[in-house]
Amino acid sequence: MSPALTLATASRVLHQLRHDRRTLALLLGVPCVLIGLTAWMFVDTPAVVDRVGPVLVGFFPLLVMFIVTSVATLRERTGGTLERLMTMPLGRGDFVVGYALAFALVALVQAVLVVSWAVWVCGMDVAGPLWLVFLVAVLSAVVGCALGLAASALARTEFQAVQLMPAFVLPQILLGGFIMPRDELPQVLEWFSRVLPLTYAIDAMQQIAAGGGWAQVRGAIGVIALFIVGALVLGASTLRRRTA
Amino acid sequence: MGNEAPDVGRSAATPAVRIAGLRVVRGTNTVLDGLDLTIPAGQVVGLLGPSGSGKTTLMRAVVGAQIVAGGDVQVLGRPAGSPDLRARVGYVTQSPSVYKDLTVAENLRYAAAILHVDGAAVARALRQVDLTGFEGRMAGTLSGGELSRVSLSIALLGSPDLLVLDEPTVGLDPVLRRDLWALFARLRDEGASLLVSSHVMDEAARCDRLVLMRAGGVLADDTLPELLARTGAADADGAFLALVDAANAADTRGAAA
Repeated sequence: MSPALTLATASRVLHQLRHDRRTLALLLGVPCVLIGLTAWMFVDTPAVVDRVGPVLVGFFPLLVMFIVTSVATLRERTGGTLERLMTMPLGRGDFVVGYALAFALVALVQAVLVVSWAVWVCGMDVAGPLWLVFLVAVLSAVVGCALGLAASALARTEFQAVQLMPAFVLPQILLGGFIMPRDELPQVLEWFSRVLPLTYAIDAMQQIAAGGGWAQVRGAIGVIALFIVGALVLGASTLRRRTA
Repeated sequence: MGNEAPDVGRSAATPAVRIAGLRVVRGTNTVLDGLDLTIPAGQVVGLLGPSGSGKTTLMRAVVGAQIVAGGDVQVLGRPAGSPDLRARVGYVTQSPSVYKDLTVAENLRYAAAILHVDGAAVARALRQVDLTGFEGRMAGTLSGGELSRVSLSIALLGSPDLLVLDEPTVGLDPVLRRDLWALFARLRDEGASLLVSSHVMDEAARCDRLVLMRAGGVLADDTLPELLARTGAADADGAFLALVDAANAADTRGAAA
């Protein structure tokens, strides 16, 4: 791995996104629409928005980045670009971390836009520090990106790749403590929820929404960081110099 | 151009590729079965044969992208796929390995960063494939022939010692094909070795040496004049058909025996 090649890969991915204005508009616009919709639903009970809003801001990035990277990586796997890259002096880590950096930057823009929209237009009140909301949102995006990259190894077609999102992400939303508090889950599911990265992002966002600061969320953030490292290693291990 | 390959002084050098007993199995299908082949350095070697004969698999084995079941592939004196070969071998896949959602220049600049070459190399590579002026075009808006030349220019960026080109002239008009074969000869004269696959037999005359493949094996490995003399055929097409017929007849006899 080399920093120059990692950055070159990140820059290449960002250039691709820059040319794809519609994808960019969807990436940034859809979360705002959904937050707006939620705020409107609960217009008479703003306390619900304050509680739910940050959690939504936490899992949108994971959801969206998972879909985008799983399809983008699948295209590279099937289109021949990855095959040639793997015959060139590019490290597998450069490829994976380059993707993660590019999408972390997009996630940061997304988080700034979505949180600003939620706070100043939809009237969401975050009791804890806003910068922690940004941090968790970006980390959650990187988890989604790395998981999408790894999961794309399971797909042969784009049809299959988009189906990976419900398979990998929806269970995390169901069990992550958003739909039902985790301590009310059956014991086995509660254990299972502890090995899902989104659980920690939702937990951190709930803490921040309730007024928690760094001291309350640093544990969850540490676990998310470990998931990122694990998912990136897993993603890199699915890139093969030689294929059948 | 063509057959007057400068053999003197090259023959003693390490061959560009030396393959011994290469076996590639895909599923239950044995694609290459104990293939032996030596590709001399400093020549344009044409890899010809019908589709499904194993040309792409052989090229993938040479660039180290193919999982092999057995045998040995040495490239420029090192095992195929060695890390230090990655900057010395240029590879053009059959379908263009180009990001369609990037401009031509952005595609080349990314590859240039990986190969540690500068903007002058980008300009030279585009000039070599006659795409100067296309820098700002989105790759997705290019014609098939233009796209495959972008893919080729990326392989030329690092001035590789060995170029492995999988059907680089597919979809090109006769003028462009002539220009590309002239480019291949020029690269050879500058010291590079080239392995170029094609299923267009009339391109055989452009090669210093021909490797004819059939059913995962090497049917013939010779210069065109020697092939014509041996088979009594008038052109490469005829020579190939004569060799295939002879091999089929031998197979039938073997099966009957």
